[in-house]
Amino acid sequence: MNKLPQWADVVLVPLVSLVLAAIVAAMVLLAIGQSPLAALGIMVDGAFGTAAGWGYTLYYTTSFIFTGLSVTVAFHAGLFNIGGEGQAQLGGLGVALVCLALPWPHWSVALLAASLGAAAFGAAWAAVPAYLQAKRGSHIVITTIMFNYIASAFIVYMLVDVLRPAGQMDPASAKFPAGAKLPTLSDMPLLREFFARVNADGTPKLSKAGEVMYSNVPANVTLFIAIAACVVVWALLWRTRLGYQIRAFGKSEAASKYAGINPVKITMIAMLISGALAGMMAINNVMGESERLLQNSAEGAGFIGIAVALMGRNHPLGVLLAALLFGFLYQGGAALGLNTTIPLEMRLVVQGLVILFTGALDQMVRMLLIWLFSFGRKAAA
Amino acid sequence: MALVENGGRQATAAPTSPFAIELKGISKAFGPVQANKDINFAVPRGTIHGIIGENGAGKSTLMSILYGFYKADAGQIFINGKLTAIPDSQSAIRAGIGMVFQHFKLVQNFTVLENVILGAEDGPMLNSSLAKARKVLGDLSREYELDVDPDALIEDLSVGHQQRVEILKALYRQADILILDEPTGVLTPDEADHLFRILNGLKDQGKTIILITHKLREIMEATDNVSVMRRGTMVDTVKTAESSPESLAELMVGRKVLLEVDKGTAAPGAVVLTVQDLKVKDEHGIERLKGVSFDLRAGEILGIAGVAGNGQSELLEALGGIARATGKITLNGVDLPLTGAQANGQTRREAGIAHVPEDRQHLGLIMDFTAWENMAFGYHNDPKYQKNALFMDNDALRADTEKKMATYDVRPPIPGLQAKSFSGGNQQKIVVAREMEQNPDLLLIGQPTRGVDIGAIEFIHNQIIALRDQGKAILLVSVELDEIMSLSDRIAVMFDGRIMGFSDPETTNERELGLLMAGVGGKA
Repeated sequence: MNKLPQWADVVLVPLVSLVLAAIVAAMVLLAIGQSPLAALGIMVDGAFGTAAGWGYTLYYTTSFIFTGLSVTVAFHAGLFNIGGEGQAQLGGLGVALVCLALPWPHWSVALLAASLGAAAFGAAWAAVPAYLQAKRGSHIVITTIMFNYIASAFIVYMLVDVLRPAGQMDPASAKFPAGAKLPTLSDMPLLREFFARVNADGTPKLSKAGEVMYSNVPANVTLFIAIAACVVVWALLWRTRLGYQIRAFGKSEAASKYAGINPVKITMIAMLISGALAGMMAINNVMGESERLLQNSAEGAGFIGIAVALMGRNHPLGVLLAALLFGFLYQGGAALGLNTTIPLEMRLVVQGLVILFTGALDQMVRMLLIWLFSFGRKAAA
Repeated sequence: MALVENGGRQATAAPTSPFAIELKGISKAFGPVQANKDINFAVPRGTIHGIIGENGAGKSTLMSILYGFYKADAGQIFINGKLTAIPDSQSAIRAGIGMVFQHFKLVQNFTVLENVILGAEDGPMLNSSLAKARKVLGDLSREYELDVDPDALIEDLSVGHQQRVEILKALYRQADILILDEPTGVLTPDEADHLFRILNGLKDQGKTIILITHKLREIMEATDNVSVMRRGTMVDTVKTAESSPESLAELMVGRKVLLEVDKGTAAPGAVVLTVQDLKVKDEHGIERLKGVSFDLRAGEILGIAGVAGNGQSELLEALGGIARATGKITLNGVDLPLTGAQANGQTRREAGIAHVPEDRQHLGLIMDFTAWENMAFGYHNDPKYQKNALFMDNDALRADTEKKMATYDVRPPIPGLQAKSFSGGNQQKIVVAREMEQNPDLLLIGQPTRGVDIGAIEFIHNQIIALRDQGKAILLVSVELDEIMSLSDRIAVMFDGRIMGFSDPETTNERELGLLMAGVGGKA
């Protein structure tokens, strides 16, 4: 049969794509006179070798889970939301407005309010392309790309002319109040011990005052919200009526019309959920890490979300794993730039190759595997 | 020129074997499914050879092997007595095999001539090929009644003419052996007769023709020999003259089959549906339904006959809430919305209309969804499928599907299987089960047995009759005249968006309906 067994489709295809990407990346490294094995060692060690490394990897992972889920939900409705980047930036604006509005008494209250703000702003930014698609048939890919540019210009205007405190030079909002500071993994009582800094001989590093020193990592409580979002998105898509209608609409618009599923409604709802998820990424980076709104806050995570969703086969579990992989590439790539003469741009090359192989060349890998499988079957027969 | 070469090759090949095609021990498996099992089969040169079998019997697989789409796991193919390997369709064409598919493979905005030379150009410049093709086409049309305007665009041609272009394409590529897959599905009775005249002309010129069809009548009329396939095996090959429709049907299904529908007389009750001056425009603003009016009573089957594309689809879509319409539809005394947000499939279902659409794969099912997911399709808001306000009750849905699959004999009875993994007949049974089990007041049913095998046809027909006998109103749309005539209590014939007339199935005949279908009385 010209089909792969399901396990091969879900596990083997991404894995082989990844290995192929790694091989090509290795050849690029060889070409610039570097050892690929040493580079891989540094990347793995930088991303997973230490608690601090994990703290950064998981921070990136959190952002990518949100943007990956955003693309996933839209994809199931047959919509290709490329606007995650802009929606995440607007989510950041929502977070900033909420956080700066009150001297928040406790981070949990602030988190709840900021989540709503992030989701609402992200959803609002997706609403216009969604409406144009649903009512006017303007292609969502085009409009969401355009909205990325508008978002970026709009944020610059907001930062320069509205949110920038008087006397500050750089285009950024004021720092959020202390009550809006989210606990990082290294702040959490149970996890804190993992982040104790150690000397080369394994003894804990002590400060001058004789206290144990801890690494501060950006990964924060948002990670758990991201994981919860995976479960919620899974339940939404495969357990609710709305998810049923979204998936039916995404598979066949004509059949959905026959079933009486309202295309305008489903397009709008799916895109609002998608935009809200992309916007919620901002509680990780804007509220959890930078603690103020900066220009270009999403830093490309919106686009990485597309690769994450592709590689994760548009399933929340796959998105989770793919987000972890891209978190590793981000953090490992940074370690590469820090510890070697390999330029930082190399991580872009590696990411690009992973996206190329897992996304664009996915079908090529699948054909290859189908061919190998049929070959194996013949040999067995 | 082409014809001379053609004849020359035939002359050299002729002495070696009396068979144009001989298959020996062909087997082909798709995973665990054995689509063809040790097929031995020979077609004498210069005959019309029918192949019949239920859906999934392996006819298409066998022909795909012959045309180079699939490679057989085992077995040999002899063309004119010579062992021939056919790894791809180019080799099949070189071996003199031409194929006319059920769904034509023509470029709509190319002319007939351009389509004919497509893929068979002599060089990078088209002028010489076009001139040659024009001459060959002229010769062919004179010889075989295959007249088509070589400069017409495909999109302007009728379906019957498009089919002729497909045959011309094969002949231009010097095919000696012509395979036609379900060629009459889209033709009027007259066009079908014309096609068979063409095929007979080709046969007289020494061509060999393989006709794949599920219509026993066509087999009886047109073929010299007929091979019957069942579950991947070739059950028998018989001389058509020595067989009968009943014996062939029995060979196909493996048991005795009732070809005539056994139904009692109708007992029509109150009027359920009134349609007045219903008009539908398509997305280009062209009126497809031009004012249709009729009544439909409880316990009555109204059959809508007509060649495909004469407004039947639009009638079903307007009634089913899919297409916007003007006019008036009254169900049980209540006017249904025809435009606006309230005119949709959901409100129609709530009003008591169930709809088995003409195109089950495009409209009736989500092919990537499982059977149980499809069983809720359109009825996903039904309270019996909800666990609570938040979640659907997938377990109840699975159990419900399992029950319906048993009642409607869906095979395999696995609710978790994707719709696309079922055969056409079983897909149809899933849709029919879903719609009929909703206990509707009115059932719209379009092409209920298109691409469905004989065993399943019998079953679906009996279900339709049973629903009628429960006092439901049924609107049946079909391009199969036999089906319309055997099921309907009243027949309406549609042509060009209008109802040409009503007939009584007891007193009318195919000729009379055929004339109405061709618009005689309307525009010719």
